[in-house]
Amino acid sequence: MSYPVSGRAFMAGNEIISEAALRAGCTFFAGYPITPSSEIAAHMALRLPQVGGTFIQMEDEIAAMGAVIGASLAGAKTMTATSGPGLSLKQENIGFAMIAEVPCVIVDVQRGGPSTGLPTAPSQGDIMQARWGTHGDHAVIALTPLYPREVYVETVRAFHLAELYRTPVYVLVDEIIAHTTESFELPADEGLIKPRGEYAEAAVNTWRPFYDFFQGKHLHITGLSHTQEGFPTVNPEIVHRSNLHIVNKIVNAQPALERNEEYMLDDAEIAVICFGSPGRSAREAVNRARAKGIKAGIFRIITFWPFPVETVRKLTDRVKAVVVPEMNLGMLSLQVEKSAMRRDVRIIGVNVTGGVPIEPQQILTAIEEAYHGV
Amino acid sequence: MAFDYSPWLRSDMMPHIWCPGCGVGIIVKALIRAMDACGWKQDATAMVSGIGCTSRAPGYVNMNTLHTTHGRALTFATGIKLARPETNVVVISGDGDAAAIGGNHLIHTCRRNIDLTLIIVNNAIYGMTGGQYSPTSPPETRAATAPYGNLDPAFDLCELCKAAGATYVARAHVGNAVFMERLIRGGMQHKGFAVIEVMANCHTQYGRRNKHPDPAELMHFIASGAVALAQWEKMSPEERQGKYPIGVLHKDTTKPELCERYAMLGERAMAKARKEARTEEKETITARDEILGATSGEN
Repeated sequence: MSYPVSGRAFMAGNEIISEAALRAGCTFFAGYPITPSSEIAAHMALRLPQVGGTFIQMEDEIAAMGAVIGASLAGAKTMTATSGPGLSLKQENIGFAMIAEVPCVIVDVQRGGPSTGLPTAPSQGDIMQARWGTHGDHAVIALTPLYPREVYVETVRAFHLAELYRTPVYVLVDEIIAHTTESFELPADEGLIKPRGEYAEAAVNTWRPFYDFFQGKHLHITGLSHTQEGFPTVNPEIVHRSNLHIVNKIVNAQPALERNEEYMLDDAEIAVICFGSPGRSAREAVNRARAKGIKAGIFRIITFWPFPVETVRKLTDRVKAVVVPEMNLGMLSLQVEKSAMRRDVRIIGVNVTGGVPIEPQQILTAIEEAYHGV
Repeated sequence: MAFDYSPWLRSDMMPHIWCPGCGVGIIVKALIRAMDACGWKQDATAMVSGIGCTSRAPGYVNMNTLHTTHGRALTFATGIKLARPETNVVVISGDGDAAAIGGNHLIHTCRRNIDLTLIIVNNAIYGMTGGQYSPTSPPETRAATAPYGNLDPAFDLCELCKAAGATYVARAHVGNAVFMERLIRGGMQHKGFAVIEVMANCHTQYGRRNKHPDPAELMHFIASGAVALAQWEKMSPEERQGKYPIGVLHKDTTKPELCERYAMLGERAMAKARKEARTEEKETITARDEILGATSGEN
């Protein structure tokens, strides 16, 4: 079976991520088996050798992350895929990729946690791990697409952003997105697919010398705090500036990175703020609320990190109340609360952690509660 | 004529962090001479390490160098080699790095038989962190975390690597740099995963706790335990007490190397994909002809 790059496609989320990665020029994948991300590794094992790329199943999650970083330093566009427990293990080397500024894409198909939790059921409990999982100061880019076409577009964008900002980039989906098979129109190239050699503009985002291995530069790459030449230093001023660099290159890019979807939000009095799978139930809930005469709308976050603080602040300024459906116990709510300037803004969480989707009725009940001010 | 190390070293990074009398310098020099003898070009060579005293070596050599996380050097090196099989990749690691925190990566890299050269600098102690016992510290020896003596038996790293599938396994010691260089060269020329264990002195952390505080004396002590393989094989278990065999302990040139195996897999996968694409095209044409035939039939 051959895979189209244009026209209609009928694929599951994990397959979409894999095909989008190949379209973006991914030539190296290292992984370790973990549900519910396993189909990505299986698909890459099938497809990469067909296009001259390399797949390897490593001995553990840590090794998979190491191999991805090594291959990227050797010039390849690389990806790995995992789920919560695997992401915990990868954090050590993810921190390395951040400080050493090595582009790579990390897919996390979220399942219930903590620990082994719910291996085959969805959750959205990893967004804080993605943000804060590794030690020390750092900033991350994390994309949280929902619909099939969007999953494709955002996976391609993840590769682009990894190259541009010289950093690992997360694609965070959940078990529902990973295993939902749908028909969709393959997107056209947004101009984000190009070889690493054409990212000259990324040099400003790179603290260490902007090269790969085997380019005649005899680079030294280290996880130690280093000078702009790439060598270890304990000079307090240089170390501090290097830390500011890896954080600010992402924090300052927030407006350019921001991507959200708005639905019936212009006149909304109740805003449903969400990301990922609950976005589907939110649509149905808002449609039902509108039918009842309640002005509700949706603000769905696609670039989760860096968080769209300003946009959320402005939104919370003008609505009566906010409803936050999420498959965790309030991680997005916390971000919304942090972003809001109005301390009296009402935030109603709809929190489900049992490994089942949030149903439209649960969101509708929260919208009605918010609207009628119970 | 004396060997000119200057093109191979980052002299501006000196002085190095190693203690006076440390054996790592002897090993790095032997490694450089072996690279030179093998005709390795610096541009096409990567040296990868993990964490520890030994793992600082890549910072001082002039080539593509990668100083990774604790125990993980082999995983990064595997990624580099698979992405660029035509390059030379050498990994340098201490005993704690390679055999404790990196033990799982070590055995699986052996099993895969990927064309990397691994130098394990075995000084039987964690030097950088202050002298804690490692998986190769002999029983009863003293360490910062074994003030009453080490309770655990030690790994024989060569036997471990051999059993796990490495196809070139050799052991040298810091007391004989010429011999060491020859074994390293053999590993570099070998197509497959090569492990060279070098018994080394850490007089600072190991020696001063174990009655060998003087670097030269400790080096002599280490050398006194070395026995050529041919002689070792004739020795009784009693005679082997406190001794260890040196030389090429295992070599297997029959096992195919990982990058070569993957290249063959790639050819198979591409051929299969081409065949499937042709079948698919034929089916599409047949289906179209059937539709056209049916349509024309109606007319």
